[in-house]
Amino acid sequence: MGSIHLNQVARFCGGAPALITYQPAHAERVLLLPSLQVEKSKSKREKNEQGKRERKMGWIGETMDSIRSLQIRQVLNQAVSLGMIVTSALIIWKGLMCITGSESPVVVVLSGSMEPGFKRGDILFLHMSKDPIRAGEIVVFNVDGREIPIVHRVIKVHERQDTGEVDVLTKGDNNFGDDRLLYAHGQLWLQKHHIMGRAVGFLPYVGWVTIIMTEKPIIKYVLIGALGLLVITSKE
Amino acid sequence: MHSFLYRANAVLTFSVMVLAAICAMASFSDYLNVPSPTAHLKVVNINWLQKQPNGNDEVSLKLDISADLQSLFTWNAKQVFVFVAAEYATSQNALNQVSLWDGIIPSKEHAKFTIQTNNKYRFIDQGSNLRGKDFNLTLHWHVMPKTGKMFVDKIVITGYRLPETYI
Repeated sequence: MGSIHLNQVARFCGGAPALITYQPAHAERVLLLPSLQVEKSKSKREKNEQGKRERKMGWIGETMDSIRSLQIRQVLNQAVSLGMIVTSALIIWKGLMCITGSESPVVVVLSGSMEPGFKRGDILFLHMSKDPIRAGEIVVFNVDGREIPIVHRVIKVHERQDTGEVDVLTKGDNNFGDDRLLYAHGQLWLQKHHIMGRAVGFLPYVGWVTIIMTEKPIIKYVLIGALGLLVITSKE
Repeated sequence: MHSFLYRANAVLTFSVMVLAAICAMASFSDYLNVPSPTAHLKVVNINWLQKQPNGNDEVSLKLDISADLQSLFTWNAKQVFVFVAAEYATSQNALNQVSLWDGIIPSKEHAKFTIQTNNKYRFIDQGSNLRGKDFNLTLHWHVMPKTGKMFVDKIVITGYRLPETYI
């Protein structure tokens, strides 16, 4: 009975202290509950204090542990993000190679032989399809004995009837004569295997980044260092 | 997190993205232009047709070239490279393309022109097949853009014939 009453009162009044004033007859029971509560809270406090003591005891070790785990995590994270950057760049490059069919899908113009069309520092996008080479196309070709490929326009094409092989002569738009002087000694024509791709797209100035970096390697290292720092420091 | 480098990187990345988008849009806008160029090519004179000591035929001729390429110039066109090539087939070669004349048109004002000229590049065959040879004259153009895709097309004019004998 009393307990039920107490519950009801408790429900109405909403607090233990009110019970004492309204229902003195049930004081024992009423008091019991707070005492229990106190006991409970005491035990909690004790536990908390115990925990605090434990923490205080192993504070240095624990923080060391947390720092160590954090650092490992951070280092791993940074390694992963760096790896992501490198691999995504590689994926883009190799993907472009697959799509364009050219072993170097993007080239930088180094000379002024195609001015005013292409200036030094412009970027060309190459495509190498199965389509035969025709006059007027701008091709990138490698000449035996020359390290740097050349970007010039095709001015003459002779395609064989039986084998389909092509003889190609090129010339820079800004040059006076054709490219026979640039070819290997005694070479009159370019063949298919000399040609790395034909230019299909054009982007001005972007290649200056590459030119500057290859000519002034210090700038390259500074830039790479700065980017690496940025990746490492920008954790969040 | 909000260090100077971090912000500079963000600004740089964003501006590069915007620039790339603008370049792509400029290039795509070229597809909206439907050009209608016209060309008239005439062989005024065959100066000479001879056999070189190494056995290859060479011909010299005078061309009359008039063309209107104004419609090729869009706001993204930096210049138009135009050239005239002779095209013919021989028993040895399925296709021969020999550039005879070329020019760079820097702006729309110069895109309507008439020129009379001897062939700028030597018209030499691989072999001696030029006597009585039928050939086409083709006016090619190559629109070189300020940015983006390059456009190439041509007008083929058929029905030219070289003389039957060396002159």
